[in-house]
Amino acid sequence: MDDTTGSLFMPFGGSTIAGDVDTVFNFILYTSTIIFALVVFGIIFFSIRYRRRGKLALTPDISHNTKLEIVWTVIPTILVVIVFFMGFNAYLKMSVVPKDAMEIKVTGQKWFWSFEYPEAGATTVNELVVPIDKPVKLLMSSQDVIHSFFVPGFRIKQDVIPNRYTMIWFQATKIGEYDLFCAEYCGTKHSEMIGKVKVVSEREFENWLEESSMSGEGMSLSDFGAKLYISKACNTCHSIDGSAGNGPTFKGIFGKQVTFDDGSQAMVDENYIRKSILNPQTNIVAGYQNIMPTFQGLLKEREVDALIAYIKTLE
Amino acid sequence: MSEAVAEKNYLNDPKGWKSWVFTLDHKRIGILYLASITAAFFLGGVFAVLIRLELLNPGQDLMGPDTYNQIFTLHGAVMIFLFIIPSIPAALGNFFLPLLIGAKDVAFPRLNLASYYIYVFGSMFAVYSIFTGAVDTGWTFYTPYSTETQTSVIPMTLGAFILGFSSIFTGLNFIVTIHKMRIPGMTWYKLPLFVWALYATAIIQVVATPVLGITLLLLIFERVFSVGIFNPDMGGDPVLFQHFFWFYSHPAVYIMILPGMGIISELIATFSHKKIFGYKAIAFSSLGIAFISFLVWGHHMFVSGQSELAAMIFSFLTFLVGIPSGIKVFNWITTLYKGQIHFDTPMLYALSFLFLFTIGGLTGIFLGALATDVHLHDTYFVVAHFHYVMMGGTVMAFLGGLHYWWPKMFGKMYNHFWSVIAMILVFVGFNVTFFSQFILGSQGMPRRYYNYLDQFQPLHAFSTIGSWILGAGFIIMAIYLIHSLFKGRKASDNPWGGLTFEWATGSPPPHHNFKVTPKMTHGPYDYDKVLVEQTDY
Repeated sequence: MDDTTGSLFMPFGGSTIAGDVDTVFNFILYTSTIIFALVVFGIIFFSIRYRRRGKLALTPDISHNTKLEIVWTVIPTILVVIVFFMGFNAYLKMSVVPKDAMEIKVTGQKWFWSFEYPEAGATTVNELVVPIDKPVKLLMSSQDVIHSFFVPGFRIKQDVIPNRYTMIWFQATKIGEYDLFCAEYCGTKHSEMIGKVKVVSEREFENWLEESSMSGEGMSLSDFGAKLYISKACNTCHSIDGSAGNGPTFKGIFGKQVTFDDGSQAMVDENYIRKSILNPQTNIVAGYQNIMPTFQGLLKEREVDALIAYIKTLE
Repeated sequence: MSEAVAEKNYLNDPKGWKSWVFTLDHKRIGILYLASITAAFFLGGVFAVLIRLELLNPGQDLMGPDTYNQIFTLHGAVMIFLFIIPSIPAALGNFFLPLLIGAKDVAFPRLNLASYYIYVFGSMFAVYSIFTGAVDTGWTFYTPYSTETQTSVIPMTLGAFILGFSSIFTGLNFIVTIHKMRIPGMTWYKLPLFVWALYATAIIQVVATPVLGITLLLLIFERVFSVGIFNPDMGGDPVLFQHFFWFYSHPAVYIMILPGMGIISELIATFSHKKIFGYKAIAFSSLGIAFISFLVWGHHMFVSGQSELAAMIFSFLTFLVGIPSGIKVFNWITTLYKGQIHFDTPMLYALSFLFLFTIGGLTGIFLGALATDVHLHDTYFVVAHFHYVMMGGTVMAFLGGLHYWWPKMFGKMYNHFWSVIAMILVFVGFNVTFFSQFILGSQGMPRRYYNYLDQFQPLHAFSTIGSWILGAGFIIMAIYLIHSLFKGRKASDNPWGGLTFEWATGSPPPHHNFKVTPKMTHGPYDYDKVLVEQTDY
């Protein structure tokens, strides 16, 4: 990416609103730096000028000065009222969604984001792909606890709440990748609930949308599964190298006998994996918590096939 | 005054452990509180160092994510509920409020002792929760996470619930004491400003704390009986919890900072040997802050989905609450003008308070403005901001007060050289630790993250190094303060040349505070009329 360095305080701003927010930020930064400098100058100057020298003596009775007090009450009040209006104006711009905005449904759940493009029928996990220079409205809700959708590069943030929709919109102004964070604490993997917003050209977006509504054509089933393992965020909890995670590792799991928390056992076969993806609450492997969300509706038939094929290869 | 070796004072008269455990003397209760909050500060500090150590590098260093989540929750809960809320009012306030108004004790000595034991009882629940799978909700206990998590939310919230009563009792006691126990001639405008600050604080404690109690009780009910007030599946509203919680916890921020401001007024006046500038402005700004503080809770919730109209109103009111704090800072600085400033350790803390609190206050403007708050909310910018206010503000004031009144409380003087070294380390370490966090936050680093992206590492490492400097400062402080108790030079009655009543009695004071009832011969800051030479240094 060219020229996407930010300032000392702010990351590069890649949305229409970023400039407005940065203007408010910089205005506060500069005025408060001046005020701070005056305060520090006052402290240091008086400290040196009026340090105690020699024998202690009585000091003058200076208990108030109406003019001075009015000045230092009125000037800060005017300044904060200005800041209030600046902040409020930019906030209004953030809050009013343009009528022609493209709508994407966002679901937050422990600990990943999923995005649904209603018109194309495509879904992605942890990667939001949007076209440049086009207003995008996100209609968001949570499957479990409160999360918060935060893209520093766009200067936007909005809590994502169960049983209620919240909304946010943006219009990207520069092609590139932007970090996406969950900003409301949500438990063990809160800091892993991160993703990317990929801003692409209009044409690239159309192509991508078409491709992602297809299901891995021209790829072997297990290669497609390997891709899904990352893109559907299985890797957040299930390792492929045998290391421990929030869920059992995939390494060598196929064909193995597993024990559930109620003591019963089962053999890991195609049906077992299918059931574990679509109805993960039915059986919980002993030693693990019941935290896996269902992928019912998030995965197409061929995608489930592909994941099974991929897990088979992990011996 | 001649200082007999075996002179009786509140520390050695009466004797025996029972005389301490069942004491009704406000000074002894103050000392008990001081010991307890110091232990809590140490515990919270260890958690803080562990957090910073884990964040030195991305990925796992010391502990897993679940342990990390518990540690940062405990750091917050212990520091806020066990340390900073009781710190100045219950420890220094208990000890000095009666002395400052010339009284023998607080209005209700038994209630005072009860409030201490309620504090201990509540703290035990909090400590118990640490050993039973400590909470991992953050000190804010947001629902629905806090109703779902498997960790021991109930002991911790029950602890905070009980601690609330301790806070309410102390507040009640102080309000009555200030109204009824002043010596004749001490009118409201002759009260030391620390007393005004304690008064404003006490009002918030009494009015706001019950709301926290109700909220935490509802949370416990939700967990035990599934009543569904906050549970969306049962028609409840998880965001309602945030409104309840901040209705207390925003005013609580002023429970934490107002007493600190009171101490700063005392320190600035004493060490510049000058009448405080704008006495009434400082006194009434405390009350103004206390009042407006009840109307700004929604600024914690600008991105929570509350209505834009509500957000606008809360933002506006938030700016109003900033004005009285600014006025105080200007008054303190003007007090220095034409003073005779002496830079003893307490004054160094007061000046660092002015420096750090100003940064804390000014960075609050970024968070009060709607557009910038949307970006900065729940990032390290907020973490840095409240540490500048709470630690740069309240803790600096507390340390200033502690060093100011230490000779009075224990009759011993600490080592001057080491106290300055520790002060410098604390000041530098604090800025290294937390200034870097402003930049981390505005660059987009969310708070409560166990792991982080590589671009944030340099600043995280910098911040962690700061925590070591800060830790070193506190270790040195602990050593010279403890050393002074045993080997310290005997302190005179009025080492700093102060004009308030606590300096008109022995160091340490006798059991009944004053051998002769003090008389109101001059105001607390009449440095234009009365000259008392500094006897130490």
